[in-house]
Amino acid sequence: MSLDTATIRRIASLARIRLDESEVQQAQAEINGILGWIEQLQEVDTEGVEPMAGGSPVAQARARLRPDVVNDGGQADAILANAPDRQGEYFGVPKVVE
Amino acid sequence: MSYTIEGRTGPWELVIGLEIHAQVISEAKLFSGAATEFGAEPNSQVSFIDAGFPGMLPVINAECVAQAVRTGLGLNAQVNLWSRFDRKNYFYADLPQGFQISQFAHPIIGEGAVEITLADGVTKTIGITRLHLEQDAGKSLHDQHATKSFIDLNRSGVALMEIVSEPDMRSPEEAGAYLTKIRQILRYLGTCDGNMDEGSMRADVNVSVRKAGEGFRTRCEVKNVNSIRFVMQAVEAEARRQIEVWEAGDEVFQETRLFDTARGITRSMRSKEDAHDYRYFPEPDLPPLVLESDWVEALKAALPELPDVRRARYVAMGLSPYDAHVLTLEKETAVFFETVAKGRDAKLAANWVTGDFFAALNRLKRDVADPPVTAENLGALLDLISDKTLSGSLAKQVFEAMLETGKAPGEIVEERGLKQVTDTGAIEAVVAQVMAANADKVAEYRSGKEKLFGFFVGQTMKAMQGKGNPALVNEVVKTALAG
Amino acid sequence: MHPTDFTLRGALDALTEGTISSVELTQAHLDGIAKLNPRLNAYVTVTAEKALAAARASDERRAAGQVGALEGIPLAIKDLFCTAGTRTTAGSRILDSFVPPYESTVSQKLLDDGAVFLGKANLDEFAMGSSNTTSASGPVENPWSRANDPDTRLVPGGSSGGSAAAVAARLALGATATDTGGSIRQPAAFCGIAGIKPTYGRCSRFGIVAFASSLDQAGPVARTVEDCAILLKSMAGFDPKDSTSADLPVPDFARACERGVKGLRIGVPKEYRLDGMAPEIVALWEQGLQWLRDAGAETVEISLPHAKYALPTYYIVAPAEASSNLARYDGVRFGTRVTEPGSDLRDLYERTRAAGFGPEVRRRIMIGTYVLSAGYYDAYYLKAQKVRALIRRDFENAYAAVDAIVTPATPSAAFGMNEKQDDPVAMYLNDIFTVTANLAGLPGLAVPAGLDAQGLPLGLQVIGRAFDEETVFAVGRTLERAADFTALPRLRAGA
Ligand SMILES: [Mg+2]
Ligand SMILES: [Zn+2]
Repeated sequence: MSLDTATIRRIASLARIRLDESEVQQAQAEINGILGWIEQLQEVDTEGVEPMAGGSPVAQARARLRPDVVNDGGQADAILANAPDRQGEYFGVPKVVE
Repeated sequence: MSYTIEGRTGPWELVIGLEIHAQVISEAKLFSGAATEFGAEPNSQVSFIDAGFPGMLPVINAECVAQAVRTGLGLNAQVNLWSRFDRKNYFYADLPQGFQISQFAHPIIGEGAVEITLADGVTKTIGITRLHLEQDAGKSLHDQHATKSFIDLNRSGVALMEIVSEPDMRSPEEAGAYLTKIRQILRYLGTCDGNMDEGSMRADVNVSVRKAGEGFRTRCEVKNVNSIRFVMQAVEAEARRQIEVWEAGDEVFQETRLFDTARGITRSMRSKEDAHDYRYFPEPDLPPLVLESDWVEALKAALPELPDVRRARYVAMGLSPYDAHVLTLEKETAVFFETVAKGRDAKLAANWVTGDFFAALNRLKRDVADPPVTAENLGALLDLISDKTLSGSLAKQVFEAMLETGKAPGEIVEERGLKQVTDTGAIEAVVAQVMAANADKVAEYRSGKEKLFGFFVGQTMKAMQGKGNPALVNEVVKTALAG
Repeated sequence: MHPTDFTLRGALDALTEGTISSVELTQAHLDGIAKLNPRLNAYVTVTAEKALAAARASDERRAAGQVGALEGIPLAIKDLFCTAGTRTTAGSRILDSFVPPYESTVSQKLLDDGAVFLGKANLDEFAMGSSNTTSASGPVENPWSRANDPDTRLVPGGSSGGSAAAVAARLALGATATDTGGSIRQPAAFCGIAGIKPTYGRCSRFGIVAFASSLDQAGPVARTVEDCAILLKSMAGFDPKDSTSADLPVPDFARACERGVKGLRIGVPKEYRLDGMAPEIVALWEQGLQWLRDAGAETVEISLPHAKYALPTYYIVAPAEASSNLARYDGVRFGTRVTEPGSDLRDLYERTRAAGFGPEVRRRIMIGTYVLSAGYYDAYYLKAQKVRALIRRDFENAYAAVDAIVTPATPSAAFGMNEKQDDPVAMYLNDIFTVTANLAGLPGLAVPAGLDAQGLPLGLQVIGRAFDEETVFAVGRTLERAADFTALPRLRAGA
């Protein structure tokens, strides 16, 4: 599969990465190169193989559950400390129109 | 007769499915230890996990899982012992991680069903497709600043149950009844408080229209409708819009819309343009959620009595289906009724609760959770009726006094001397006086004008300030007039 | 002996004997950093004052008889581990000014054991790279150079290039690192030191800036196998804050180093004999196997039939997870924000992420976004997950017959800073021997085992069963002892 520039733009838009025209061309060449190389996976017979999700070497890994206890929060200042645009007790962003 | 909307080209049927987001009752959030309480200071109930900080990881809250299972059991649904969380990727200002952790491919709860009752008493079964757990987003405030939106992450990470119905509803009324029923079940279970004003429950309404006999046409999703009334209005408004589109020869295209409550119309949501490409994939930070069947069985055994079962029990106690329905709508009402009815005549209790008591709640704008008369006192009033201390009309007087004073009925009867007179002799004496004072009317009665009977009963009761036992008064008047 | 020439084990002994203090040890390393870091760029942040204060506190604790397992040992922390109150950049402009209010579990464990942090080690941006040339703080230089070409600056490998270069150049006794496709083992091999990626779940990922959640694993780099064992013992352990953390006891890895290999069966995967492989790599591998046979092990040819699909699999899984993990860098709650007058939210996101991420990160986010997007998920991501399952199964089958697997660590020695930069796929091939262990979640150790013709270090890799780092250490220590690797990089403290 070879991606056209429209697809590159759509992906960049989905990923919220601004690309100018020259970057679109460059990204197209690089990504197509990588995808072309990845294409070899299609030759593997994976019929009936259960996909491996998660990184555990143990196939039967299961989630551990946490007790329903409040032991976090109450730290608005720390939460807001790194904000590029702190507005009082809120994070500020350009006005969103729904 | 099924519900249709009349268009220029004839009648249109509605097809409606609901996705209800119900906030799980839990102390802490789904994946963090921050509190879930409503109305806290902005960003004060936020962990670094909820705010999507670098290196933060989710850990599942056991109680949220238990609540989802209880709800699934309450919806007569399949509990999946193996489920999994997925990431739903999209950018939004109040979605800190850039994805929502949800259950897409393998939800914790599968198919179920609920029965709704419509105004004409007809019941209908609505299919549940699934219920899954997911985290809520934060909140954007758009009215605090001229050019900025403000973000509060207190809600971010709060556990939600998304309950997805089959497209089984065919009218605004059915949609309303379904949402009402789900809310009722969740409140009975104690898994969601159902406070729609606070956003604890909200619905995405999927609507399409079609001509009789057709398959499904394209649907639109009206997002985040936050009251039962608005759901019914949104269904109607969106259906009418779609009918206009089709009838103009255009095509309805699938999109996400918003219900403008002020104008009563739906409009397209610009911010959801990526809605078709969420790039779901298994959440690599969470291994699969595996439940033990013993644990599920234990939750099932501890489940409270649900409204349908309770209603059937009330009918078996001799209540009318209507009264049983009304009394079980809210768990608090049912509990109140059962306290009143305990050891007493259930029908009498039902009449009083649905009659005078409900009227009083309405009039005084009170809630059954905060009643103007306690269930114990109302029960005591019923006892005074049963032992003939009070007549029906006296009891109404006493009830009014109870509302005013909050006192127990016995006390009011004592203070005001409102005991019913059951002494035949005393009644005979009064009847004799009345007859003496109205000799002309006695003659008329005896000459055949029998409808004057009521006049004598009324005069007697009046003379007795209403305290005469109505049955005895009747009997004595009849005997005396027969002379 | 210069204080920076101690091994970590040697420094612990000297501290115990009182022949050196933590302050002296720390100061010697800080002096080395002051002298060499301007050239090597191994550290992005040096916390000299905090380090000396921590060293003083450590000396006081030691005097009071409270001696942690790493009491007074100066370490470098890869700048992917969040450190409370110390800037953490992940090598990215987008986190340029980020000061975490929290400590990663692994770095906290090291602090709890008495370690002293010298500063934050450079890395490829968001740990994406095999050359440490993608860092927003500039490239790291390998302290080694070619004997016949000393002026060509070499890469240290990546992504943990700063950690490996710092340890090799004697600017730390050990360092934390992370490995998603080879990011511990490849730079360790390029820099002539040891490094282990433990079993997935052995070290908590809490507080480590995520690259690819199902592959990322923290581990140590150090100058000896035993030093790695000592560090891993402190770093590892169950963490309830990481749902993928393994609830298992942490063995005494240092003791396991001395177990020997007598009676062990060592697997030699035939698929790792690549066409056109450098003859010196082939020779070193043969030599390593001979050393193990000499020490009483048996070598057995095995087959990992899907190993050749590991890299393409990785380049679907890792970018997919990364595209999602890096969505949080949006200029709203932390990090750099880039706007223009009149920018709406979308424009803010797009400008912030275009300017905040470097080319390699942007490329991987785009690939990851594509392979997950509507219509392509099954062909790419789901397919990769299935091949990944086959790769894990290959190892399960192999471990029915062998106790550990030995392979080369890298297909070549360190390359020049300007080489392999134009073709992403050529760069990705660096991880060809290491990436299978990440996909299968298995432990992998790189051991310096020899020099190539130009005098550059080459490493061997030991891959073990899940949670059997002990055997990995035993095999690695045996190789290390036989190799007797004593060569030194030209650039180093105390030289
Ligand atoms: Mg929805
Ligand atoms: Zn939802």
